[in-house]
Amino acid sequence: MKLPLRFLVPALVFAVLVGFFVVGLNRDPGQIPSPLIGKPAPTFALESLGDPAWTVGPADFAGRPWLLNIWGSWCVGCRQEHDALMAIAEQGRVPMMGLNLWDDRARALRWLAELGNPYVSVAFDPEGRTAIDWGVYGAPETFLMDGSGRVVKKHIGPITLEVWEREFLPLLAMTKARP
Amino acid sequence: MNRFVALLACLALAPLAGAVDSGQRFEDPVEQSRYERVIRDLRCLVCRSESIADSNAPLAADLRREVETLIRAGRSDEEIYAFMTERYGDFVLLQPPVAPRTWLLWAAPALFLVGGIAVVLVVVRRRARIASADPAALDEEPDRP
Repeated sequence: MKLPLRFLVPALVFAVLVGFFVVGLNRDPGQIPSPLIGKPAPTFALESLGDPAWTVGPADFAGRPWLLNIWGSWCVGCRQEHDALMAIAEQGRVPMMGLNLWDDRARALRWLAELGNPYVSVAFDPEGRTAIDWGVYGAPETFLMDGSGRVVKKHIGPITLEVWEREFLPLLAMTKARP
Repeated sequence: MNRFVALLACLALAPLAGAVDSGQRFEDPVEQSRYERVIRDLRCLVCRSESIADSNAPLAADLRREVETLIRAGRSDEEIYAFMTERYGDFVLLQPPVAPRTWLLWAAPALFLVGGIAVVLVVVRRRARIASADPAALDEEPDRP
C-alpha cells in the first residue's frame, strides 16, 4: 500500500499551493487596507481652497457622517470620477469635503469652475502634510466617517456610482441607524 | 573596442547615479545616518517595490521630509516606524514585523528547507535499501525505487 501516500503528498502540496494562489491572485494589490478604519478620523484645520482666511476641518461636521475626497487638478482618476462625485453631491445624503492635494490654488479653482463643485468645503494641502496623517498615497481616495467621527470606509481609486451604492450606502444607512 | 569598454564602464557606474536623495540633511553625522537608514526601511506606497530613499514620487519626497522633521523633533527610530504604520499600515515597512500573524511568513524558508531535507533523506534511504538488496536493480530500472 505505498501508492496512496506517493500520490497523496504531491496532491496535498498542490492543493495548498492552489489555495494560496486563489486567495493571493484575487486580491487587488492597489487596495492597501487602511489602519484608520474604526479609528477616530485624523483632525486638521487647513486653509480653505477658495478663501485662505477661512479654516476648514473635520470639526465642521461634528456629530454628522461626512465624506472626505482626496483630489488634485493633476490627477487623471479624479477627472474620471468627477461626474460620479457630482451625482453623489446631488443626492444630498451626506456632505462631502474635498482635500486638494499637491496642487496649485488657481488651477484647482479653475477645475471646480469648469467641472462643477461637489464639495461643501475644500481644504488646501499643497505640501501633502495632512494627507500623510490620513495615510493617503495617491488620488483619488475617498473616506466615509460616521456620526461619532470614526473612519468607517476608505475607497482607493476613482469612485463610481456602482461602488457608491454597493459599498458606501449600506454603511451610511448603518451609521445613521445607530443612535 | 575602446568605445565598447568605455560604454561598459559607464553602465557599471549607472547604479550610483540613481540616488534620489543624496544631499546632506543633518549637521550631525549620527542623525544623518539614522535618516538614511530609516528612509531605506520605508516603502514608497506609490511605487511599491522601492523604498522612499530610492523613489522620486511626490509622496516619497513628502515622507522623507516627514522623517527629517520627526528626527529633528527627537523621535526614536521605533517612534518613527510607529508613526508610519499608524497611518499606512504594516505595508509601509519593507521588512514585515514579527507577530503571530506573520510567523508562517517568517518560518516559511525554514519549513521549506526542512521539507526538502526530509524528501531527500527518504529518497536516498530508499535507494540505498534497494541497492544493497540488489545492486543490479538500480541499473535496470533507475526510475522505479
